Amino acid sequence: MGRSTVFDLIGPVMVGPSSSHTAGAVRLGAMARKICGGQIVEAVLTLHGSFAETGKGHGTNLALAAGLLGMHTDDERIPQALAMAEEQGIAISFRSGDLGDVHPNTVKIKLKAKEGQEVEVVGSSIGGGRIIIGGIDQFKVEIMGDYHTLVVLQNDLPGVVAQVSSLIAATQINIAQMRVSREKKGAHALMIIETDQAIDPAALALIKKLPAVNQAMAIEPLD
Amino acid sequence: MRSTMDYLALAEEKGKRLGEIVLKEQAEEAEKSQDELRKRMAANLQVMREAVQSGLRGERKSLSGLVGGEALKVETLCRSGKSLIGERVSGAIARALAVVEVNASMGKIVAAPTAGSCGVLPAVLLTAEEALGSSEEDMMTALFCAAGIGMIIADRANVSGAEGGCQAEIGSAAGMAAAAAAELAGGSPQACIHAAAIAMKSFLGLACDPVAGLVEVPCVKRNATAATVALAAAEMALSGIASAIPLDEVIDAMNEIGKSMPCSLRETAQGGLAITPTGQRIQAEFL
Repeated sequence: MGRSTVFDLIGPVMVGPSSSHTAGAVRLGAMARKICGGQIVEAVLTLHGSFAETGKGHGTNLALAAGLLGMHTDDERIPQALAMAEEQGIAISFRSGDLGDVHPNTVKIKLKAKEGQEVEVVGSSIGGGRIIIGGIDQFKVEIMGDYHTLVVLQNDLPGVVAQVSSLIAATQINIAQMRVSREKKGAHALMIIETDQAIDPAALALIKKLPAVNQAMAIEPLD
Repeated sequence: MRSTMDYLALAEEKGKRLGEIVLKEQAEEAEKSQDELRKRMAANLQVMREAVQSGLRGERKSLSGLVGGEALKVETLCRSGKSLIGERVSGAIARALAVVEVNASMGKIVAAPTAGSCGVLPAVLLTAEEALGSSEEDMMTALFCAAGIGMIIADRANVSGAEGGCQAEIGSAAGMAAAAAAELAGGSPQACIHAAAIAMKSFLGLACDPVAGLVEVPCVKRNATAATVALAAAEMALSGIASAIPLDEVIDAMNEIGKSMPCSLRETAQGGLAITPTGQRIQAEFL
């Protein structure tokens, strides 16, 4: 787990009743929305463990939906989130399922955007409203939402990591953490780069144009 | 990993309060001014005050209907002059109930460290403020002290009922509140640490077994009793009583106990009070 801060322990300001099942769930929904990056039209959520067992009594469904709609943890409209989603024509459905050896408060969120993209995000609420995104599509990641994060999906070729990091360096952005993973040698690979400053839009555009890069997205930190 | 000893050594070396050390460290780590962090903490304190006021009006009911109006009952008893335990402790109980009632009715609170334990810290701090006539600045420092204790717990163990049981939520809240109260009362950094350790030891092994999975039974009343334990722990530490087991080791013990707890006692509503005949009946009625 990353280093906590004072406002992780005294905070968030939130609508109750549960920091892990309500506030954490809002943040998981919000993070999935940021990762998808488009206008969500359909969401299928699979609740695991304690999320599945006690989610109903904590308003977890409402909270996840509220996050997908872009609400914050202290938004007093959270109890109405599912009705609001319906009004906006967003189809949100829930099911229970075993997601394997993961944190007890874990959810898999499958999103479809109006623009056509689909993404599957797996995330856990780890207490006090803090979250970890553990998977994006087939890739294992670890995103807490504390930093500006650049996610790059690329072909596993020599030099791609250097090209991306030099474009970031050229815009005076400092890398806090960086992880590279891949399906197998020469196949799809994923780069997760957490930075102290926001990714420069011009740098992001250049990264997207690199021949080996299939997709790149900049995810803002959670508030 | 954070350690109590690091904060304590710094506080003693610089002759500062724990809260001041925590604030300075956090401002440096976040690359923000201390003033900015103080302002954000002041906003949190304001939400705490509003939650106490709102809960004490007694108009709230939780969605299940199980919870609501308890804070007002205690407040009324206290005002009648018939309190068994005195205005101070009774007031803390009423305030803790008030905040948790607001939480259970999907109202706005500050997680401290979690929503399920959100009543302890405001109850203890506002009660100490009333007793001591503390300044707003001292209240801020006390809140940073509480957060510092919480950060040590989060680094060494966790504050999640699903991971560590109720001891990780209510126990942590009581530890944070005890240290903050001791600091507000002018206790030494060492005394604050002892207060936290004494409070946390009182909750080791406590299961998270909410009826029907709701943050209502036993959570609401447990916040109130935890507030009194935190005050008792601060009182002991201020009198010069030390915890025989140092705080870091108490936290490590809590972590170890949490890991050995079965899943049924970690917020799954599959054990303890949740599966008593009455717990099951309530679940059947409300869900």
